[in-house]
Amino acid sequence: MTRYLLRDAAPLGAEATDVLLADGVVAAVGPGAADAAGPDAVVVQAHGLVLLPGLVDLHTHLREPGREDAETVRSGTRAAALGGFTAVHAMANTTPVQDTAGVVEQVWRLGQEAGWADVRPVGAVTVGLAGERLAELGAMAQSAAAVRVFSDDGKCVHDPVVMRRALEYVKAFDGVVAQHAQEPRLTAGAQMHEGVVSAELGLTGWPAVAEEAIIARDVLLAEHVGSRLHVCHLSTAGSVEIVRWAKSRGIDVTAEVTPHHLLLTDDLVRGYDPVFKVNPPLRTAADVEAVRAGLADGTIDVVATDHAPHTREDKDCEWAAAAFGMTGLETALSVVQQTMVDTGRMTWADVAQVMSVTPARIGRVADHGRPIEVGEPANLTLVDPAARRVVVPEEQATASVNSPFRGRELPGCVVATFLRGRATVFEGSACDEGWRVR
Amino acid sequence: MRHLLSTADLDAAEAVRILDTAAQMAATQAREIKKLPTLRGRTVVNLFFEDSTRTRISFETAAKRLSADVLNFSAKGSSVSKGESLKDTALTLQAMGADAVIVRHPASGAPHVLAHAGWTTGAVVNAGDGMHQHPTQALLDAYTLRRHLVGDGGRSDASGRDLAGVHVAIVGDVLHSRVARSNVHLLHTLGARVTLVAPPTLVPVGVEAWPAQVSYDLDEVVADGKPDAVMMLRVQRERMSSAGGGFFPSPLEYTRGYGLDGRRLAALPSHAIVLHPGPMNRGLEISAEAADSPRAVVVEQVANGVAVRMAVLYLLLAGDDAAGRETRADAGTAGSGETTRDDA
Repeated sequence: MTRYLLRDAAPLGAEATDVLLADGVVAAVGPGAADAAGPDAVVVQAHGLVLLPGLVDLHTHLREPGREDAETVRSGTRAAALGGFTAVHAMANTTPVQDTAGVVEQVWRLGQEAGWADVRPVGAVTVGLAGERLAELGAMAQSAAAVRVFSDDGKCVHDPVVMRRALEYVKAFDGVVAQHAQEPRLTAGAQMHEGVVSAELGLTGWPAVAEEAIIARDVLLAEHVGSRLHVCHLSTAGSVEIVRWAKSRGIDVTAEVTPHHLLLTDDLVRGYDPVFKVNPPLRTAADVEAVRAGLADGTIDVVATDHAPHTREDKDCEWAAAAFGMTGLETALSVVQQTMVDTGRMTWADVAQVMSVTPARIGRVADHGRPIEVGEPANLTLVDPAARRVVVPEEQATASVNSPFRGRELPGCVVATFLRGRATVFEGSACDEGWRVR
Repeated sequence: MRHLLSTADLDAAEAVRILDTAAQMAATQAREIKKLPTLRGRTVVNLFFEDSTRTRISFETAAKRLSADVLNFSAKGSSVSKGESLKDTALTLQAMGADAVIVRHPASGAPHVLAHAGWTTGAVVNAGDGMHQHPTQALLDAYTLRRHLVGDGGRSDASGRDLAGVHVAIVGDVLHSRVARSNVHLLHTLGARVTLVAPPTLVPVGVEAWPAQVSYDLDEVVADGKPDAVMMLRVQRERMSSAGGGFFPSPLEYTRGYGLDGRRLAALPSHAIVLHPGPMNRGLEISAEAADSPRAVVVEQVANGVAVRMAVLYLLLAGDDAAGRETRADAGTAGSGETTRDDA
């Protein structure tokens, strides 16, 4: 196995040092690493680069099985590796739905075969995402895929009794319910955030209260039954307030925000370009500020991409006919750098927390989000924060081009990603089959 | 003017120019031979994804009076349920050489996408998109208002004039109304004052950003606001059912609060006129007494609609701004599908 000596890398943005990766683990850190490397180690001049634990995404749509025209496990995890991720959670809304041990094992196995990142399937909470009957959560937990995160994402577990049962039931195997908070009756036909822009554009509004009401209900349910709850893609200032209140009560709740909700606002809908159609919708500038503040102060625990690839035909149409969702794996770290690091609100150590350590803890993903210390698994990503690049969706590895960041110049670039000591990305390029270190 | 998508895109000079052109068109319609040769050889397509016989006929009449060739392309139902995408429909029309596409679509923003996605080089006229805009309706309303309320009540020439000082009350289902949205922008641009009157459930969240006042009390607006015109919006009866959103308890309660009946008509200033975009729900938002009164200009609105649509088609296809487009088309690039225009 190739050994890598990272010269002058800055772990978590701290003081630069040498790090040796060998036999799948961090073999040495510090001045002795170069001596321990041996003559055949590949030396990476990492001066100016930040070394982070490999990123862990709690919220990825890989679309396989069912919509291989939009993404496959292989193409999606290759995109993940290029974005600095070493593990992704594959959401359950595939066709067939990931609501049985068989389907989650299939997805898990596809991830193993692809080899770009560890794929942790998310199990559906209810059969067929229908919100009525619990899926066999235990069977999925005990399968080879060892599912720990359960979600009907794309749909809300809106029935309070079903939600209560799910929260209680997953305690048996240390699982967590990740809720897509969207009150369905308040969002019938909803197309975008309800406010000044929706009033002008004549698009049916998706009110903030439809998200906040479910989060408020769910934190109270989680408190009542003593379970842990994870809130997917929190998007409003009110949601931040509710989660902050819940945490102050000691409720075991975690929350995620997406990169697009950290950067984009509903003003972008004015051109009716469906690339900006997403669920939950882009909110106002005040909401963007609130989620940034919530992420900085720890109210929001993680950044998760909600990477949602769609085919061109599902976006090349009128707004109402278009699908909800945007890609994000290959831009997430850059958006977090721009909105949180370059603004001085977070350090790189904080970024490691919200994009690796905490998501790994929430998902119970062993061997990821670990400290950069001798003996730890070499799941790492090396980032050049000084780089800048213009987003060109057609040049990305994801099979879809629905990036809302098209044409934007973003800071930061993933130089290398290591999965158990093996480079999946090197010198900014994916290490495809037949790839050799030059 | 390259497309007509929203009244928000029009400045005061452009809007007045359309109204003045419409007045000239209307003058020709008093002649025995109503047809003008202006758009001979040009093709205008009526692309209707929603049923609207009256709007389609109005546009068709306008185009034919200007000697354009008119194609009616009825694609009822959304592009999704129909199986053909808006894009393919647009490409088909482009291949047939449409100079203008008049589009009615249930999805807000569909005409905007049609105009900006590069699928067609023709001028796009929005004939009503979802809950968004219906600009020619607002223009014909403004034209009608100007005829009656500006220039000494129509006795002297109003050309070149805007609607400064005119107070218009727009009453009814503002939330779902593209007519209301179009009118609020255009009337404001033309200097008029707008009061929206509706039950709170039928006013959109975010209305505070509109250049209009909002009232929940029609009687108060009629008595104290002294509107020069009242524009009644069509209310769909199904809006009261829970499946339709449950926006008001019953048609009777709606009529009591927001219907224009003889009593409210009598309370209006004597010069005030009553508009309705049609089709009317007699007995719901407007009583027969109000609808048939001499102050109701509903039928005149229909006639003015033809003149305004003639003006819009003329300005888009034969006006000064359209000259650049024609020149380039003559240079042999038309129909290649690659033609791009930069005349704004």
